[in-house]
Amino acid sequence: MALPKIKADATDARLAALTLPDGAGWATEARQSALSRVAAMGLPIKRDEYWRYTDPTSLTSIEAPDAAVFESDEAPVFNDLDRLKIVFVDGVFDAEASDDLSLDGVEIERLSDAMGRDIHWAKDLYGVLETRGQTPVQRPLAALNTAFATDGIVIRVTKEVSKPINLTYLHKDVSSDAILHHVVKVEEGASVTLLENGPAAARFNKVLEVEVADKASFHHVRAQGRDHERRAVTGIFTRLGTESAFKSFTLTVNGVLTRNETVIELTGDDAIAHVAGACVGDGRDFLHDDTVFITHDAERCESRQVFKKVLHNGATGVFQGKILVKEGAQKTDGYQISQGLLLDDDSNFLAKPELEIYADDVACSHGSTCGALDDTALYYLRSRGVPKGEATDMLTLAFLAEALQEIENEEIADELGQRLEQWLGRRR
Amino acid sequence: MAALDRPELDVKEGVDQDTVDAVAKLSGKYKYGWETEIEMEYAPKGVNPDIVRLISEKNEEPEWMTEWRLAAFERWETMTEPKWAMVNYPEIDFQDQYYYARPKSMVEKPKSLDDVDPKLLETYKKLGIPLKEQMILAGVEGAEDYKEGERKVAVDAVFDSVSVGTTFKKELEKAGVIFCSISEAIKNHPELVKKYLGSVVPVSDNYYATLNSAVFSDGSFVYIPPNTRCPMELSTYFRINAENTGQFERTLIIADKGSYVSYLEGCTAPQRDTAQLHAAVVEIIVEEDAEVKYSTVQNWFPGDENGKGGIYNFVTKRADCRGDRSKVMWTQVETGSAVTWKYPSCILRGNDSQGEFYSIAIANNYQQADTGTKMIHLGKNTKSRIVSKGISAGKAQNTYRGLVSMHPKAKNSRNYTQCDSLLIGSQCGAHTVPYIEVKNNSSRVEHEATTSKVDDDQLFYCRQRGMDEEEAVALVVNGFCKEVLQALPMEFAMEAQQLVAISLEGSVG
Repeated sequence: MALPKIKADATDARLAALTLPDGAGWATEARQSALSRVAAMGLPIKRDEYWRYTDPTSLTSIEAPDAAVFESDEAPVFNDLDRLKIVFVDGVFDAEASDDLSLDGVEIERLSDAMGRDIHWAKDLYGVLETRGQTPVQRPLAALNTAFATDGIVIRVTKEVSKPINLTYLHKDVSSDAILHHVVKVEEGASVTLLENGPAAARFNKVLEVEVADKASFHHVRAQGRDHERRAVTGIFTRLGTESAFKSFTLTVNGVLTRNETVIELTGDDAIAHVAGACVGDGRDFLHDDTVFITHDAERCESRQVFKKVLHNGATGVFQGKILVKEGAQKTDGYQISQGLLLDDDSNFLAKPELEIYADDVACSHGSTCGALDDTALYYLRSRGVPKGEATDMLTLAFLAEALQEIENEEIADELGQRLEQWLGRRR
Repeated sequence: MAALDRPELDVKEGVDQDTVDAVAKLSGKYKYGWETEIEMEYAPKGVNPDIVRLISEKNEEPEWMTEWRLAAFERWETMTEPKWAMVNYPEIDFQDQYYYARPKSMVEKPKSLDDVDPKLLETYKKLGIPLKEQMILAGVEGAEDYKEGERKVAVDAVFDSVSVGTTFKKELEKAGVIFCSISEAIKNHPELVKKYLGSVVPVSDNYYATLNSAVFSDGSFVYIPPNTRCPMELSTYFRINAENTGQFERTLIIADKGSYVSYLEGCTAPQRDTAQLHAAVVEIIVEEDAEVKYSTVQNWFPGDENGKGGIYNFVTKRADCRGDRSKVMWTQVETGSAVTWKYPSCILRGNDSQGEFYSIAIANNYQQADTGTKMIHLGKNTKSRIVSKGISAGKAQNTYRGLVSMHPKAKNSRNYTQCDSLLIGSQCGAHTVPYIEVKNNSSRVEHEATTSKVDDDQLFYCRQRGMDEEEAVALVVNGFCKEVLQALPMEFAMEAQQLVAISLEGSVG
């Protein structure tokens, strides 16, 4: 079917302004195929069903809108952790600021280096998981990423890794427009924790493809951070083997526009997938969108989605979550909760929690609520002498706690909890 | 049916055999699949401005109505069929069917019910329309002298494209209630029709509604004057009989200030190999302090066990709670139709207005149902409640699709939504697609789709009286079901009774 004119024109204009990166080696084919996929499906417009709540215009425009760099004296998130640090500045790998990339049980390479080799394991994954994630819902910005990603990291995990790998994204240029693509392969029985933090760029398009083999586990925690004007669209595409585990948590504070898509395919029996997110939105321009699609295609798998959004001063929170249980995926346990807390009358919470079930012996449930802070609880705290602002923060933190509890590593959970408290406090 | 007939069917734990049997019985052999052999008069096949004019002419409509229809048709030609629903059906050739069919005996409109073709009356008798009404439909003398205290239901019977007759007209007139076919209303009450028709579902609302606006042939019209409680329940019975004919009926209900009416709708069609189109529009206007209850048992032919034939039911139903403290309640039991596309909605415009939606949708064999509601909260302190139960069996697909929207000005509003689904057999599907849009913080919205979520207080009460947990749950669930079903008319008592037997234990959200 021909694309609507408005969409075709926008897509043509955007694609004309980009050139496929040189030296793609084995990835040339993947990039070209991704490019033709983008051209065929067109870049998203507000009229698309999956963008009805989030206007993608600033994500698809030719030039990235400028974003001021947020000045703060606080130490970066995860700074005190024992970790392997990999730094990107405005979407470009910074070898000097990064740690040595060698670590027992992991092979880490820059994407461009990996592409320079004749044969590479990442060939079987680069753009492959992303492509799988395009049905039944099209994700053109992820395909655009596969075609035009300028940098990224590839990680192959063969053992249980002793410390987390931390991708830190710094934002220094007000008009930077970064496209990063990472590929992670966790081999059978291996496990790794991947941390991500930082605002990355004025506009950031990131794709993370993760293959989790049988009995392997992948933990992911990110803190999207604090620049007020940045825009980001991110996509996680993952495929899970038998008895494997995937756990991802995202904390988002500030940013004009954030769209986090997570596409999970449970293909091996007894696999577990948890995705959670907490976001605090402040201001009329703030829009935070979590779009999750979990496909159960094996027996006895468990999936869990926990999303909490605190919104004030006219901020908008969006949740679009879906659990698809394919025929034969019996004994599926699917859970999904999305909650909005509106701290004032101008803020919006828009949710579309979907279930699509083709197997009869499953337990799937979802819930979605939205409302203001509980007046009684607020009154209780105030009657005990807690000032209103502080009481509001306490209740807000309590509201977000359920999502933070999804972080398995206590040290990291504590740190993020403390950060959140500080940030809420500083705003007051 | 095949899957359900087998007693060894592997059903999951928590679904008892009674439930399976009840569903089987209910969605079993289609009871209304027979056909009335009657001479029919058809408009030529297809739809174009001439057909639109012809329909208008047959209904002896004034010029403004014809123009209204033609404008709708022009609009329709620029539109495309919506494809977002989770239903699959072969492309419909809108030019390969009849848009107008009426029994020859109705060409000369019967002056009184005495003149109505006995075959038509026989048809309604066979469909189980209560005997007393039969007498009235047939014009039996004295039938209108009802004994005090007896339950009365006034019926407007629509057969293919025309209204056959309306009962209890005189008695309703005494109360000031207007209940007639819409074609009569256009002639006799043009001021009301002009004012309200298309004011809730605009001409260009959606593809099927626009088509309906152009070609609707008949339907019911209800006007309840201010501060009047309609003395009896009103009901319309739709029967599709002619082959290859689409039915496009239009219902317009106006409840003026402080009035109350309960309206019932039933529908059936003969069993045929080819699918037939039904695209209706129902508009309800609820003024200040008025209340409308609208109940449907939708039992169009669902197609055979191989998915052959059946009605494509593409319906637009919407209530506009214009006045403060107005209230509307939709109750629907969807058992028929091969494909259902139906979202009875409430626009809660008046302050303190209320909307309720109770639905039980049962899909079996190859049936596909995509149904739900929209609750649009515009006024302050508005309340809505959605309870939806979907049951899928065989190879059926059942989707709940709903929207709850709290506008910035709808302060202190409240919504509660619960939708449960039950799957019987491993080849069917159950889906939930809710949209929740909250734009102010004094409103509360809760959506849940969980299993066996019964009210804790009720459970506690039962347990306190010595029931064990299971008994208590059964009682509460049953009681809840009855709450939905009791709102249904007597005509549907049989279905309702069978429905009560269905427990929704072991449901999935």
